[in-house]
Amino acid sequence: MKMRKGLTWAVGLMAALILMAGFSPAQAAPVKQKNLILATTTSTQDTGLLDVIIPIFEKKTKYFVKTIAVGSGAAMAMGQKGEADVLLVHSPAAEKKLVEEGYGVNRRLVMHNDFVILGPASDPAGIKGMKSATEAFKKLAAAGSLFMTRADKSGTHAKEMAIWKAAGVNPEGQKWYQQTGLGMGQTLGVAAEKKAYTLSDRGTYLAMKKNLGLDILSEGDGVLLNIYHVIEVNPAKWPKVNAPGAKAFADFMVSKQVQKIIKTFGVDKYGSPLFFPDAGKKVEDLGK
Amino acid sequence: MDMILEGLKQAFYLLVTFDPEVMGITWLSLKISGTATFFSLFFGISVGTVVALTEFPGRRLVVSLINTGMGLPPVVAGLIVTIFLWRNGPLGFLEILYTPTAMIIAQSLIAAPIVTGISLASIQQLPRNLRLQILALGANRLQMVWILIKEARLPLLAAVMAGFGGVISEVGASIMVGGNIKGYSRVLTTATVMETGKGNFEIALALGFILLLLAFIINAVLTQVQQRQRPR
Repeated sequence: MKMRKGLTWAVGLMAALILMAGFSPAQAAPVKQKNLILATTTSTQDTGLLDVIIPIFEKKTKYFVKTIAVGSGAAMAMGQKGEADVLLVHSPAAEKKLVEEGYGVNRRLVMHNDFVILGPASDPAGIKGMKSATEAFKKLAAAGSLFMTRADKSGTHAKEMAIWKAAGVNPEGQKWYQQTGLGMGQTLGVAAEKKAYTLSDRGTYLAMKKNLGLDILSEGDGVLLNIYHVIEVNPAKWPKVNAPGAKAFADFMVSKQVQKIIKTFGVDKYGSPLFFPDAGKKVEDLGK
Repeated sequence: MDMILEGLKQAFYLLVTFDPEVMGITWLSLKISGTATFFSLFFGISVGTVVALTEFPGRRLVVSLINTGMGLPPVVAGLIVTIFLWRNGPLGFLEILYTPTAMIIAQSLIAAPIVTGISLASIQQLPRNLRLQILALGANRLQMVWILIKEARLPLLAAVMAGFGGVISEVGASIMVGGNIKGYSRVLTTATVMETGKGNFEIALALGFILLLLAFIINAVLTQVQQRQRPR
């Protein structure tokens, strides 16, 4: 039995080591509520906007921002569970629900850009130049042209579903309607390879354009607006939420300083801004 | 093809210029995966040896479970660790989600079954008579185990390499529990995923090449140790 005892000790010691290693950095963290978890959509990270804004915020406020870039759906699920402090998302209908249910407070408009309908230059369905996104989608369905959907409950996916609904088409299960289950950047890659149509936010498309053979075929319809809001997670529902940090970040996003950065972000690289600042405006007035 | 060459060029450039961000990311990858492998060795070799040398009811089931664990998908490990570490989860009070510590825990969980499984097999494949002989020569049981482990060092070093290779290259768990936070929990694999998402394929490839180079250096060193002490 001696050997087993020795090994038991060894295993026990090791477990203790692991626990110690697990504990020490947490204890070493200076102030507990220094960390701020920002759950956001991939587009804000993939375009590089957050890389510009967050360092300024961290320097100014001494908060340490942990940016978790997932789809809007996942970001809101994190907010709903109290696993994030502040959300920067673009899925208005789901956002309203989150606020109505009391999980989110102080939802404020930050910026917008727009969605574009992309497809191969040959445009087999012939939707090029169509003004109405709904009509374009109807035509795509009628032609049975291959369409790539993210199908990941992201803001883009939610918008796409809304347009299908408006077009009176249920694409689910159709042969020409394929789900990637991936983020925007990767879905664009798949659509380009398969010469398929897809819906994308303009920012990610511009950022990736050089590697794609996809063209903008329809744009400018009012329903294609892509609107970003900042929402603070309700501390009354989740006491562990870093409410002061969330408020500071949300205030910062709608501050003059950040709005000015948003206005010019991307101009040097892509020739046009990726987002339009909207703090203080009303959603109804956008795109006019 | 051009893109791959461009990626190689980028990797070379990033390395020779000691690009601070890439150096930081590479060092963090090495630190996290190295630590995780270290922990998994303690666990894996002890448990593997115990299971290899003892008989107990349900042993085959345990061995099957360990061997299945060798194929534990990193995302599943990541998901489980995430759920445990959530603020409102059972270990939320630790406040370590989205930290390198959480990544070490998840990677240890991935590497431990790999190391355990290989250790178990390598101890068990030693001739049974060797144990009797060692005991007959007057060794106590602890000494016997030590000699057996030394005897099996060749396959045990393979366990180290497999464990390390498994965690340095995984991305699913790291991105989930670490969050890919710039300058804090971003490692080579998560940075590669992010750059791919951004469409910066050359940089993504460059990071991939750096990862391969790192894995190669570590494995070359371990192989050196393994082959030098080759038992005749």
